[in-house]
Amino acid sequence: MIHVNGDPVDGHDGATVAELLGTLDVPADRRGIAVALDGDVLPRSEWPTVTVAAGARVEVLSAMQGG
Amino acid sequence: MSASERTGAPSYGAEGRPAESGSPRSFTIAGRDLRSRLLLGSGGFDRLETLEQAIAASGCELVTVALRRIDPSAQGSLADTLRHAGVELLPNTAGCFTARDAVRTAKLAREAFETDWVKLEVIGDERTLLPDAPELLLAAEELVDAGFTVLPYTNDDPILARRLEDVGCAAVMPLGSPIGSGMGIRNPYNLALIREQTALPVILDAGVGTASDAALAIEAGCDAVLCASAISRAADPVAMARAIALGVEAGFLARHAGRIPRRLFAEASSPTEGLADLRPPTH
Repeated sequence: MIHVNGDPVDGHDGATVAELLGTLDVPADRRGIAVALDGDVLPRSEWPTVTVAAGARVEVLSAMQGG
Repeated sequence: MSASERTGAPSYGAEGRPAESGSPRSFTIAGRDLRSRLLLGSGGFDRLETLEQAIAASGCELVTVALRRIDPSAQGSLADTLRHAGVELLPNTAGCFTARDAVRTAKLAREAFETDWVKLEVIGDERTLLPDAPELLLAAEELVDAGFTVLPYTNDDPILARRLEDVGCAAVMPLGSPIGSGMGIRNPYNLALIREQTALPVILDAGVGTASDAALAIEAGCDAVLCASAISRAADPVAMARAIALGVEAGFLARHAGRIPRRLFAEASSPTEGLADLRPPTH
């Protein structure tokens, strides 16, 4: 099982990051998004190819209002 | 002997100092000209429409944003609002308590927003939101080395400001008082010391409660003011955005107009010569 933004996502072990973005209804070409895989920055250019193993933590981040 | 030495009064700096470069509405950070000395924080606005109106009323060009988990159900996008308003976003590292987290957050922001500018925040304590000085300095050094233009939110500590300048920060952003406190500038003397020692832009970054606080910051020698809560949580955020923008402009004009020295005793402005003789008759 993979965790995406803290929520468990079943049935996607081994999926690419771009495929996981689809589970959030986020198009992979959307601007203003960053992805961290197990705490490290994953550059946009690697989203279509890098696969996510079971147990991994994926964070999908965007701009929110803040000081 | 300066005016303040004569009177023993505390100085907010700048008395009689010649005008610096720049104009009431523009200044430069890291070689980039900004058209406003007011930077806006996007936090605390109830609605994106109000944020957009406050941006227009303030005339600001840089607006801070935080990086958080995406909310797929969110109505309207902050990034779209900022693009529509014609301003640049300045990502912050709010919520980070360690240099490690702040550096990672800055790198994620660079990936998301294609900017290497970052408002660096490393907080030591949730109750005060005061900066953690050692972690801040570590993060600043690492981000400068990684090619970032680093704008650190810092304590009003002249020595820490100097250390941040030494590691290559593009500006220093001392607090006037804790974030969101609206307590204004609690130590104008330290702010004047920071101003006096650095050629970097000095941006007052927290504590502004109302327009007079912003004016005082610029009179004390700050190049710019960053406001979030003072505007977003005012009863009328759009009116307060305009008021604070005018406060910043008034502060700049006043600083360069050369204020009178503070005196312990009065000094008459009417001539003492030529007074009429109004004594009653003596016979």
